[in-house]
Amino acid sequence: MELNIIGDDEVEILLRDLIEIYGYDFTDYSRASLKRRINRIVLIGKFPSFAELRYKLKFDPDFLKEFIEQITVNVTEMFRDPSFYKTLREEVLPRLGTYPLIRIWHAGCSTGEEVYSMAILLKEINLYHKCLIYATDINPTVLEKAMKGMFPLSQMRKYSENYLLSGGKKEFSGYYSANYEFAKFDDALREKMIFSTHNLVCDRSFNEFQLILCRNVLIYFDKNLQARVFSLFDDSLENLGYLALGTKETLRFSPLAARFRQIINAEKIWRKIA
Amino acid sequence: MEKNSIAPFPLIVVGGSAGSLEVILSFLPLLRKDLKVAILIVLHRSSDPDPVLQSLLSSKTSIAVKEAEEKELLMKGVIYIAPADYHLLIEKDFTFSLDYSEKVNYSRPSIDVTFEIAAEVFKERTTGILLSGANTDGTEGLMAVKATGGTTVVQDPSTASVPYMPQYAVSHAPVDHVLKAADIAAFINSQ
Repeated sequence: MELNIIGDDEVEILLRDLIEIYGYDFTDYSRASLKRRINRIVLIGKFPSFAELRYKLKFDPDFLKEFIEQITVNVTEMFRDPSFYKTLREEVLPRLGTYPLIRIWHAGCSTGEEVYSMAILLKEINLYHKCLIYATDINPTVLEKAMKGMFPLSQMRKYSENYLLSGGKKEFSGYYSANYEFAKFDDALREKMIFSTHNLVCDRSFNEFQLILCRNVLIYFDKNLQARVFSLFDDSLENLGYLALGTKETLRFSPLAARFRQIINAEKIWRKIA
Repeated sequence: MEKNSIAPFPLIVVGGSAGSLEVILSFLPLLRKDLKVAILIVLHRSSDPDPVLQSLLSSKTSIAVKEAEEKELLMKGVIYIAPADYHLLIEKDFTFSLDYSEKVNYSRPSIDVTFEIAAEVFKERTTGILLSGANTDGTEGLMAVKATGGTTVVQDPSTASVPYMPQYAVSHAPVDHVLKAADIAAFINSQ
């Protein structure tokens, strides 16, 4: 049985340390998931008590990186929710084709699987050459992985299925070469990608985009932070731009909902209309 | 910070895997219409979103059946289904959270994860019911339910089409009631 060494009060103490020492503010993250993640760190790192964990976090900046990586969820996959990618391919991206330069922002991109999926879509509909894909995450370690474009070979069967279900017509294995237990994706897919750290809690808008994707990030935020992030996205979206969220996330209850229209009922993609 | 207040009503979490759907379909029509509890159903199933499950369960009862949505406040008298491919969590203010972290016991949603968080939030007002399945998911969660003063129930393995999961729980966790599939409705109605 998973022992909860870290109780509610300990979580709050750690969050306060993170702000005071490192300037990372997680206080508007949903607590249930955060607490599970921290207890998982305790379990995996075999910390005998809260005091050891707190000490290491305070005085070991290398551990901080690891801690941030572990408390944020970095599980992702290529062409996750194939019907979502099918809608991007068939409905959304073709409408962006008329822009001379298409700017896309993956906010909270984690290790980049969905960014490479996007690059493949753009290649296949011949828009890649005039795109810029900004991929950001709070966490520098996952961005380093994303830049490498190397994903476990063991996942390729699943990703290939997802790709085909999303309307892909090519041989998926043509996009990577096998390198021991990793699939190394074509450098050509990375040419238009720009990776940078960005913290949705405190960093501002840095450009105007035609498409913003932020999938399975907002589920970890409380209502206030969700509202702030929605207005950040609103500020960062051109009129008629698109906002794409995760399968279980919605703009419906946001005060900004009136300025957006969901493009089709089944997918969590909204278009800014005012 | 959200303070943990006393749960306003009891919560029953039903966890099932292979062979559990038929049990759920058989007890749903027998449930009293004025449920005094909230019911949360966590089923192992394919990761594809499956709207068929909700309509299938709805067709068996007049009680409201809906998929749990993130930030939604739990209400008594409602049957919630854990969405496919997310862990289902509960916050201290009795709202749902979803979590797309690593699978637990090869499963997402994991029964252990929801049992454990239910125990943490609803404490002694939590009942965990573990049904048929071929996995060990649910056993640790039942221990957590028991540890916070809740009630643990397991489907009698001899009435389960896949007895491994309930049998594992009976052998490893403190179980208050081992119930035949046919007696589960009466148990829920008595809560």
